[in-house]
Amino acid sequence: MTSTSNRYQVEIEADPTVPVIRLTRDFDATPAQLMRAHTDPELFARWVGPNGMDTRILDWDATTGGRWRYVAARDGEEYGFHGCFHEVGDDRIVQTFTYDGQPDGVSLETMWFEDLGDGRTRLHAQSLVDSFEGRDQWLASGMEVGAEEGYAKLDALVAELA
Amino acid sequence: MDDDQLSRVFAALADPTRRDMVARLAVGDATVGELADPYDVSVQAVSKHVKVLADAGLVSQRKDAQRRPCHLEAEVFDLMTKWIDRYREQAQQRYERLDAVLAELRDERGAAAS
Repeated sequence: MTSTSNRYQVEIEADPTVPVIRLTRDFDATPAQLMRAHTDPELFARWVGPNGMDTRILDWDATTGGRWRYVAARDGEEYGFHGCFHEVGDDRIVQTFTYDGQPDGVSLETMWFEDLGDGRTRLHAQSLVDSFEGRDQWLASGMEVGAEEGYAKLDALVAELA
Repeated sequence: MDDDQLSRVFAALADPTRRDMVARLAVGDATVGELADPYDVSVQAVSKHVKVLADAGLVSQRKDAQRRPCHLEAEVFDLMTKWIDRYREQAQQRYERLDAVLAELRDERGAAAS
């Protein structure tokens, strides 16, 4: 897929003191539009990904106290995910997230949309897992041999870990 | 790298002085004394930082040499960098798909207003 906006990059921070991953990303959109893209199941299924996988929503009630369930499919293989919407506010979503393959694992996801003005919004997403091992496994779960990077990235990386 | 080690790497890099020291060692090996130079801290304090980095597997010290220079274990660092890069790349791809969806919502609103 071609990028529509490369000027906004994901920033990630792994907290050293609590098993949390924090992420921010800016968008050319209002908080209301971001909220809609996160709560409308048809819109959500189009972007949640990953690349090359189709998302099929099985259950979806994006209201406080509601629940959700979807499967991501590729080449006949399906991966299921489910959770509850703990709170769906005007500019904030708090929900749980469980991968069906690890039914005992659950993370608490908090997202909020910060209005930057001029039609721009900053998404803040925080994932709290139940252990550092869980967090680090999660970070490592997407491991793939990538392009060989030199030390040029060192400063950027360690700054984010601060 | 097992999960415990990855946690130790994260914890080791949580400290700004240790991040500085890792950045310095990325340029080349250095003794504890050389690492202590830029800081207003004792060699003993720097030794403690080196021990944390060594326990995480990020830094090794040659036992046989008189100077015992500290050496950055590039493999450990690269592996962690790749893990985080991959995670970031997946998030970036996801949000570029979201960009496309949001662009449509903007067009909808523009069309409705005209």
